[in-house]
Amino acid sequence: MERYDAIKEIAKNLTDELVIANIGFPSRELYEIKDRAENFYMLGSMGLASSIGLGLGLSQDKKVIVLDGDGSILMNLGSLVTIFNQNPSNFILIALDNSAYGSTGNQETYCKNTDLLKIAKSIGFKKAFNFKDIDFKEILSEDIEEPIFIHFKINPGNADVGIIDLTPDKIKNRFKEIVNK
Amino acid sequence: MLDSTESIYKGIKNAGINFIVSVPCVNLKKLLEKINNDSEITHVPVTREEEGLGICAGAYLAGKKIAILMQNSGLGNSINALTSLYELYSFPLIMIISHRGTKGEPIIGQVPMGKATPNLFEGLGIDYKRIEKIEKAEKAVSESWKKSESLKKPIALLFDINYW
Ligand SMILES: Cc1ncc(C[n+]2csc(CCOP(=O)(O)OP(=O)(O)O)c2C)c(N)n1
Repeated sequence: MERYDAIKEIAKNLTDELVIANIGFPSRELYEIKDRAENFYMLGSMGLASSIGLGLGLSQDKKVIVLDGDGSILMNLGSLVTIFNQNPSNFILIALDNSAYGSTGNQETYCKNTDLLKIAKSIGFKKAFNFKDIDFKEILSEDIEEPIFIHFKINPGNADVGIIDLTPDKIKNRFKEIVNK
Repeated sequence: MLDSTESIYKGIKNAGINFIVSVPCVNLKKLLEKINNDSEITHVPVTREEEGLGICAGAYLAGKKIAILMQNSGLGNSINALTSLYELYSFPLIMIISHRGTKGEPIIGQVPMGKATPNLFEGLGIDYKRIEKIEKAEKAVSESWKKSESLKKPIALLFDINYW
């Protein structure tokens, strides 16, 4: 499975959850699959999707899902430590791990040999799962209580999708409106 | 007598700041303690300033009034977030910064970044104010959030080594 189908699999279960989508193709693919005001497309600042999600999770009650990439997680690895210690009770981080910098041409990342799930577990995450071992729909319907780390192993590959034709202001304003409704 | 920490703290309260991320500087020690004990403020210690700016951005989207407390060396760890996140989406932010490496700095390691700091803000197009006198602090901090919100970009307050 490539990223596009993985995001499709995730998106079909979404109701009112807030989604932070990683820079590049992950955002573009989500935009094509299921654009909604609850999606924040992070168009720059590689590495910070999980941090934006954490700040959002700590500041309101709706569930927050971060669609991150393995390369981006490696760039801001400290974020996992902060997330675990802050212990948000409405936060799900999904690591779409293609072991590559997909958006820049699939150059290999160190996740080829280094297991992000093991890292999450050793940081302290008690709810750290492989996507294939869980019922994602059920997780979304339950009270979360502590942050969840989901490792979604996929193959490299970008779908043939266009760019996001929303301005950053538009993305921000409609997202802010729905968050604070 | 006016107190250096108290003056900034009062400004933070006047401005209505209720979400703060931080990486410590020795000069911020007392301020960080006060903020940690303030039940109206969510305080998130972070591992790196850039990460903190991401967290603040998320909090802002949920309606919080956000600030980062850091040493000026942390500006070096923040540049891409300030441009590719804050400038791109026009987010406000208050940066309360202990400005080390200026005249009188005893630690040589602070000097290069101390010198570069104002130039970096110039290059980023971010308004910054250098504050050396305690009497100026409360007002500057109090006004900062409204100003940042109307400019739709971050504002930096640099508290000089002689301020404390
Ligand atoms: C600071 C920074 N460095 C490099 C880039 C270039 N860049 C954009 S997306 C990307 C790859 C991201 O890889 P990953 O997080 O694994 O996600 P994927 O695209 O594989 O889903 C890179 C290196 C950038 N935008 N910003």
